[in-house]
Amino acid sequence: MIRVQSEDFDIGDEIAIISNQKKNIGGICSFTGLVREFDLNNKIQTMTLEHYPGMTEKQLDKIEKEANNRWELSDSLIIHRYGRLKPKDKIVLVITASIHRKAAFESCEFLMDWLKTKAPFWKMEETDSGSHWVAAKSSDDLEVEKWSTKKK
Amino acid sequence: MRILYFANFREKMGLSEEIIILPSNVSNVRLLVEWLSARNELSSTLFTDHELIRVAVNQEIVEFDTEINSDDEVAFFPPMTGG
Repeated sequence: MIRVQSEDFDIGDEIAIISNQKKNIGGICSFTGLVREFDLNNKIQTMTLEHYPGMTEKQLDKIEKEANNRWELSDSLIIHRYGRLKPKDKIVLVITASIHRKAAFESCEFLMDWLKTKAPFWKMEETDSGSHWVAAKSSDDLEVEKWSTKKK
Repeated sequence: MRILYFANFREKMGLSEEIIILPSNVSNVRLLVEWLSARNELSSTLFTDHELIRVAVNQEIVEFDTEINSDDEVAFFPPMTGG
C-alpha cells in the first residue's frame, strides 16, 4: 500500500497492522526518514516538501509493485509526507514484511534508494542563513543504479 | 498543451502551470525546451542547463528526444529529492 499525506504517522501502529493482518510473516523491516536538525553548520528551521500530485502516487505504486516482483514479500507499505515539517519530524516510512529476513532488508533498501531519486518530491530548507532547494546528490543516483544490475 | 512547473521552476516562472499553443514544429521535448528558453530572458536562464532539468510527459520521466503533442501534460522540475 502507498500513502501520500501531510499528516504524521505512527510507526508502531503501521507495523502492528501489517503483523496482525498477514499470515506467516518471518520478519518486518522498517525505515523511517527524519528531518535533520543541521545542514552542514546551518540550523534547519523548517523543511517544506513539494510534490507532483498524481505522478507521485503513480510512481510509488509502480515501484511498490516492482519490489513485490523482485522479492517474495508478505506485505509492503510506503508512506511519504509533504508540506511544512520541522526538525525531527518524520518524512517517510517504508515497511517490508517477508517470510525471510533478507528479502525484507533488501526490498526496504531498494525502495528507499528508489524514492531518493525517482519520486517527484522536492525539499526546500529554511535555515538560519536563508532558504534553498536541497540539491540532488549524485551518490544517490549511484545507489539506485546498483539495483538495475543486481539480481535478487 | 498543459505545462506544469515544480520547485525552483515554479518559483522562477512565478506560476505553477500554463496552457500554451504548441507550434507545429515543436515535436519533441528538446524542441520544447529550446522554444521555452527563447521566450524571454527569465526562461532562457532557467532552461539553459539541461543537466538540471527533469521532464515528465503524462507523469512519466522522459528523455529529451521523446515526442510530444498538444494533448500531453508536460512537467518541468529539478532532479528529485524524495525520501
